[in-house]
Amino acid sequence: MPWITRGLSEGIVTTRYPRRSDGYGPDFHGMLLVDPGRGVDRATEQAIGECPTGALSIVDDRVEVDRGRCILCGRCAALQPEVFRFDPSFDHSTIGRSALHVRGGPEDEETLAWIRSGLARRTKALRRSIHIRHVDAGSDGSEEWEIAALTNPVYDVGRLGIFFTASPRHADILLVTGVGTVGMTTPLRTTYEAMPHPKVVIAAGADAASGGMVGPGYASRGGIGDIVPVDVYVPGSPPSPFGLLHGILLAIGLVGATRGQTTTGDHPGGLAGPLPPQLSPHEPASRPEPGNRMEAGET
Amino acid sequence: MTTGGVISALEDDAFAGDAFPAAVADRVEHGARFVGLFATPSTEGTRLVAVLARDRTIDQEELLLPAGWTRYPGLAQRVPAAEWYERAILDLHGLEPTGRPRPDPLVFPLRPGAGRPRPMAGAPAGPTDPDPLSLPPRLEGEGVFTIPYGPVRSGVFEAVEYLVETPGEDIPHLRTRVFYKHRGIEKRFEGVSIDDGVLLAERYEGVASVAHAMAFCGAVERVAGVEIPPTAEAVRVVHAELERIANHLDSTVRHVEGAGQAVAFARFSLHKERVLRLRGQLSGSRFGRGVIVPGGISGPPGLGGAELLTAVDRLEKAVRADCRLLLATPSFVDRLRGTGVVSPELAARYTLVGPVGRASGQHEDVRVSRPYAAYGHLGQPLAEPRSDGDALTRLHVRFDEMWGSFHLLRQAADDLDRTEAAQTGRGAGSAWQKDIGPVSGEALGWAEAPQGEVVYLVELQEGSLVHARVRSASFHNLAAFALAFPHDILTDFVFIEASFGLSIAGVSG
Repeated sequence: MPWITRGLSEGIVTTRYPRRSDGYGPDFHGMLLVDPGRGVDRATEQAIGECPTGALSIVDDRVEVDRGRCILCGRCAALQPEVFRFDPSFDHSTIGRSALHVRGGPEDEETLAWIRSGLARRTKALRRSIHIRHVDAGSDGSEEWEIAALTNPVYDVGRLGIFFTASPRHADILLVTGVGTVGMTTPLRTTYEAMPHPKVVIAAGADAASGGMVGPGYASRGGIGDIVPVDVYVPGSPPSPFGLLHGILLAIGLVGATRGQTTTGDHPGGLAGPLPPQLSPHEPASRPEPGNRMEAGET
Repeated sequence: MTTGGVISALEDDAFAGDAFPAAVADRVEHGARFVGLFATPSTEGTRLVAVLARDRTIDQEELLLPAGWTRYPGLAQRVPAAEWYERAILDLHGLEPTGRPRPDPLVFPLRPGAGRPRPMAGAPAGPTDPDPLSLPPRLEGEGVFTIPYGPVRSGVFEAVEYLVETPGEDIPHLRTRVFYKHRGIEKRFEGVSIDDGVLLAERYEGVASVAHAMAFCGAVERVAGVEIPPTAEAVRVVHAELERIANHLDSTVRHVEGAGQAVAFARFSLHKERVLRLRGQLSGSRFGRGVIVPGGISGPPGLGGAELLTAVDRLEKAVRADCRLLLATPSFVDRLRGTGVVSPELAARYTLVGPVGRASGQHEDVRVSRPYAAYGHLGQPLAEPRSDGDALTRLHVRFDEMWGSFHLLRQAADDLDRTEAAQTGRGAGSAWQKDIGPVSGEALGWAEAPQGEVVYLVELQEGSLVHARVRSASFHNLAAFALAFPHDILTDFVFIEASFGLSIAGVSG
């Protein structure tokens, strides 16, 4: 009995994301941003050379960040704060690995749109009930905490029709963490093959995208991309629960991918456009026809 | 074996290697605690380092195996806690202990004769396939069968496989396969800079990033002979204790989830989320990464002492109330009482550390016995000694430790408040961080992680790493995990696992 009052004691703590923007506050290291307006000087070159995972490079006289490698250690931001800085935003998941290469400037929108429409075709069948199978392919353990956090009352992904499932036979999304160890290669492939079509694979974290700090080695394949075909990449080391949620919603076509130059300050992590009404459990009257929900996210 | 030279070196009369296990066993019999066994290759051969702790000291016994030798006198018959270390050393270095049957593979099963990853030269460059068939299940008796549980398990768990060998309900035998997520991270330490070494240490056991970074930096600072600034010491304590609280809350969440206590699950996972957010406010990372650097900390914390104090007080009040209620919930407590008993004899035999050891009479806490950071001058409450060794006792120990952590946090926040006004700037040479030059040498470093004592053996050559050897508490304790089951049934599994609270990343390396 006492648990009932305890459960009610704090009211609603659940985030409104993605209906409303949310985040961890201005000092959170959500993502590394590069100032596009500055040329490459010596201090910047030095900062690039000091990157422990080789995530920074110079392409066409501009600094490029590979978010699939960036572990958010902040060494570049400490050495050259005028070019590199942290931003609290987290909505930087991408469709395809190359989209994680972010320069200060416009992106190749056409390629992205092409990949995205292919993914949207596949996920169209995944209506309102998304089941996720998580597989650890050599994580450091923190990714599992952040994924488990999605079921806590703050994120509560059940409100969005997203559930975790034990059996790969029931799963729509394969959420993979870790560097892709040789030991997990076969179990990961087996799990992938056991899933019915259509299926989506999300690589969660820099480790899963590139091996992160561990990189390739005698026991690590340096990311899971060679083991299973990855659709969506979530950057971060580890990715935050908001980042993971953004990646999942991106995979099922409910939010659009950002292009690195997130508007900061205004609504970190929020949606640019109007939210598909089906995302709001409080407004059941405005449910669209089945099939509309995916189009809403494709714009 | 990769070394490919003369074998059967132990038949050589000139070899006095037997003195090594004798010396270690003798010290253990006289009260020293076996901490770990490391192997470090060099040009002269392979050095075996047994680390021993006693009272307030920690030191080592060593044996140099000349290059080309592939066998050494084993420790495990006389010091059972060395068993898993010998298995890991065989996997990674191809060194076989004598005087006992060839141990089973553990972290990276390779066929006998296959190249080993550890000797410095000639290590395989690309991925090497482990051979799971070299880990056969051991079934005996009528009607006994094996439930392979893992490595892809129901729920969000790290990859590990438990082979539950059972006649139906009891668990007379359990085998643990941890090799699935072996990343070879120790090998990655070789040749990197000290700064990169910290980043690797933070990822060795990601849920105990702060403790691993502190143990690593402790070793580096010991080599350099540097004392870190007092404010940095206080900040280190803040991050380490928040990490402890987060881990103990995580263990509690897994207990209540297993017992189907829906409201308690929501409450405790909410508390855990709040702790992670508080850590995010302090450092920008929900796991306190990037804070601990060699020589101190990277910069001023994101919250002042007073703000921290307010947050800590609010958190403690909420957590205490829920813990009290949980321990008064019979349908929960009954599942834990008498479950997964680790007897004091077993705990002593395997020198168990952390909450698992402290629930079974192994009371050492390195924050007290070998204080580091600010622990030396902060008052630490004496925890009630416990030795019942069941899952409920381990949960009590975790709760006690959380109250101790809150106590330490309040004092550290006071320290911060007094000093922070004068501190500005960041980076080496600032008030937060001493400079570590291009130093050379070898030292041990340690920290009390939420899982127990973490030990690093670090060798530096002019500011870069020759090697780092890591002994996580999870690795040390998991050796005894299978022995906690004989009186329990399958439905107890979740509680025993949650009450050990181990990170598989820290076990498989």
